[in-house]
Amino acid sequence: MSSNSVVGKSVPRKEGRDKVTGRSQYVDDMVLPNMLFGATVRSQIPRGRIKTITFASGIAWDEFVIVSAKDIPGKNCIALIGDDQPCLASESVNHPEEPILLLAHPDRHLLPSAVEAVSIEYDPLPAIFTIEESERRSEIVWGEDNIFKTYLIEKGDVDGVWENADHIVEGEYTTGAQEQLYIENNGMIAAFDAVEGITVWGSLQCPYYIHKALMTLCDLPAEQVRVVQMETGGAFGGKEEYPSMIAAHAALLAIKSGKPVKIIYDRMEDMAATTKRHPSRTRHRTAVSKDGKILGGEIDFTIDGGAYLTLSPVVLSRGAIHAGGPYYWPSVRIRAKAVATNTPPHGAFRGFGAPQSLFAMERHMDRIARAVGLSPVEIRRRNFLQPGQTTTTEQVVREPIDLGKLLDRALDVSDYHSKKQRFANENHVVKTRKGMGIATFLHGAGFTGSGERYLNSVVGVEGCPDGSVRVLVSSTEFGQGTKTVLSQIAAEALSLPYDNVSMAQPDTLEVPNSGPTVASRTVMVVGKLVQSAALGIRQTLISSNLISEGYTADEFRSACQQYVDKHGAFRSWSRYEAPSDIFWDDEKYRGEAYAAFAWAVYIAEVTVDLTTYSVSVDDFVALQEVGKVLHPLLARGQIIGGVVQAIGFSLYEKVMWQNGRMQNSQMTNYIMPTSSDLPPIRVFFEELGNVYGAYGAKGIGELPMDGPAPAIVNAVENALGIPFDSVPLLPEDILEALSEDGLASAAQDSVTSTGEVR
Amino acid sequence: MTDSRKNRAKVGISITVNGQPQTVRAYPMERLLDVLRHELQLTGTKEGCGEGECGSCSVLMDGILVNSCLVPILQAEGSSVVTIEGLAGGETLHVLQEAFLECGGAQCGICTPGMILAAVHLLNEKPEPTPEEIREGLSGNLCRCTGYSQIVEAVAESARRRTTA
Repeated sequence: MSSNSVVGKSVPRKEGRDKVTGRSQYVDDMVLPNMLFGATVRSQIPRGRIKTITFASGIAWDEFVIVSAKDIPGKNCIALIGDDQPCLASESVNHPEEPILLLAHPDRHLLPSAVEAVSIEYDPLPAIFTIEESERRSEIVWGEDNIFKTYLIEKGDVDGVWENADHIVEGEYTTGAQEQLYIENNGMIAAFDAVEGITVWGSLQCPYYIHKALMTLCDLPAEQVRVVQMETGGAFGGKEEYPSMIAAHAALLAIKSGKPVKIIYDRMEDMAATTKRHPSRTRHRTAVSKDGKILGGEIDFTIDGGAYLTLSPVVLSRGAIHAGGPYYWPSVRIRAKAVATNTPPHGAFRGFGAPQSLFAMERHMDRIARAVGLSPVEIRRRNFLQPGQTTTTEQVVREPIDLGKLLDRALDVSDYHSKKQRFANENHVVKTRKGMGIATFLHGAGFTGSGERYLNSVVGVEGCPDGSVRVLVSSTEFGQGTKTVLSQIAAEALSLPYDNVSMAQPDTLEVPNSGPTVASRTVMVVGKLVQSAALGIRQTLISSNLISEGYTADEFRSACQQYVDKHGAFRSWSRYEAPSDIFWDDEKYRGEAYAAFAWAVYIAEVTVDLTTYSVSVDDFVALQEVGKVLHPLLARGQIIGGVVQAIGFSLYEKVMWQNGRMQNSQMTNYIMPTSSDLPPIRVFFEELGNVYGAYGAKGIGELPMDGPAPAIVNAVENALGIPFDSVPLLPEDILEALSEDGLASAAQDSVTSTGEVR
Repeated sequence: MTDSRKNRAKVGISITVNGQPQTVRAYPMERLLDVLRHELQLTGTKEGCGEGECGSCSVLMDGILVNSCLVPILQAEGSSVVTIEGLAGGETLHVLQEAFLECGGAQCGICTPGMILAAVHLLNEKPEPTPEEIREGLSGNLCRCTGYSQIVEAVAESARRRTTA
């Protein structure tokens, strides 16, 4: 890349100026003439049959538009992987907050009391709320066995490893639900026209998911459904699938009323009704040699999917594939299972199953280290995957990754060894305890296995009549920098200044389906397609003899204008092609799970206050290899933001459930980190180069969610000498553990050692 | 949004917003946030939680930082309010807006208007804050994207530019 490169520079965020001046248009900022406001009447019970619905007197019901399941023109479902989730419950409900009726009125102030005035009588049915209750099957709440999906990953002869093991280390680890807590609540506007069909504008990640859901729900052809993304105020996965539900509701009200309808959730409704991170339970049983090498093991990974299938199979898949961490397993058996309960469906959240299974793996590595008598550093070093070795799915590591080198640098910049020594000396004399913790991990970029092949994404780059260039993708901006980085890639491919490239608003009438904006795929997968579509524009102008190599920006502009004048529209399309050397077996769950992995070493320094039992993070080093860093400022922002969200997951954010309903659905009592709770997060990048993605970039967005929880809990163990195997880890958990065990003695753990030297 | 509030008559309220005198008719207990957004079409002020926790609706009222979701419009009678729309002078950005752009202080942008007004207030009170004072001063404004570091850096950079300007 030349010194004129756009890629690798921190160019201004495309939509930044509108954001800092308040000019950006989010969905709640949009007003249409004669617009009504919509609200949702939801189930008050976790499970039961709907007996009667009554509308209390005292409300001018004739002024309201009322929609029930009977008003659905097509199929009553939110089409996604399965069609099991109703758009509106008609006969029975399977979780609290399940939508039953919709109301709309011109005055938004009248809606809350109207929702209150609808009373629904139920025949309640017994409900289940935990993984264990679901496994017991005393109640079958989904399918024949409460199981949404299972996977089995098998490598080598696990059954043969136990008798030769010097140590057999077992552990069970759990993680809680977590709310995405984007600061902009969910919202959607729908308008209906008999000719044009349905149009929705909203806060969303995946325009074409909504497009598909509305076609099924409204029984409309593709050309009569239009989805437009407004500026979106944070998403983190939380606006991947639930916006289809809200779009469906707004659409039904718009069809029935003939007027545009806006639905904006308030914070309590958003937190109580929409998706959260899947709670998980992971069990490890590992055979280890006396010198600390993993010989093999069994991993049992189970997630709570809530009441409907939604995205649980894919969350489960990613969690299962990441469950073995960045280590070499000569043999392994991973059993993964997603089960049903009567809570609102859990869904996509940054990391998508990997933060759960990696929390378990990285806590378990510290447990193995203790059993073997090695340090947390050494146990990891001895088991790191090396180029040429295979992952748990038998994917050969082709990247020239050197995890030992990453580890060394992280230890150095965090001053790990000397701090650890110092804390060990000082910890017994002060009212605070300090500790250091490590997590080493990986995150696969793009859809899993054959996923990208099925997505079959298409990207367009357009030469505009004024000679500028526009990128056409359904990939959405919600803070990560999609618009900026994809523009950089197009500008780089065309040797143009960054300002000469703009992004089309994601609108299904305008942009092709470049797939959902999820799975850390935008830069690596979509970016590569943008690069290739942009090169198509370049080659067309060159082969038409309108410009020659070494052209200036002005020459390009005039060539582009001439081309458009002569030929009309000037668009270059690029479709995903699976690399020929990638093989994946969906049946055996074996092969190349991801085209590339990002790799990381995170180190946390914590203080546990023995008066308040609170944990503070004093220093945090986040070192990662993500291929070429295309925009250093945005990349650093992604890492810091992810680490902080994960600090919340580790130490603050606990969803309090009662009968399947979130009790603390407010920012007052669901606590996320504030600026004063945090240390500066220190971010370091290694660039080893990856041939796969656009200009060598890999995925980055989800990676920082994976490592902080285990690094922090490992540090708390180092500080207190007591292992904790669950997040969130709250002061009350620490108080309880300290009361049980006392500070002096290290806690019992479930390590068993054969004790024989072979 | 109760019926009782609805049934009470609207009253005339005089306030100055971004230097412009305004008279609006609103229910006495209507939120300043709603009046700004719906009556004056100043949609740069955002609602995040509606209960004064997140600070997205922060504006300056007579120089004091308030959550506009907690201010009944009657209480704003006669006051002077500054919103995000009042900071830039035409196309010339306020020093904090510039710094937020350059330092990566805005990601999704939804907390940004409130965060910038909180920073304006902070720098009015403490023209040369330490990083700790910035973190403390902005702790009433929640951001879920940035992890705050680049916001803190933007405020520190603005302070530097103002004192050296």
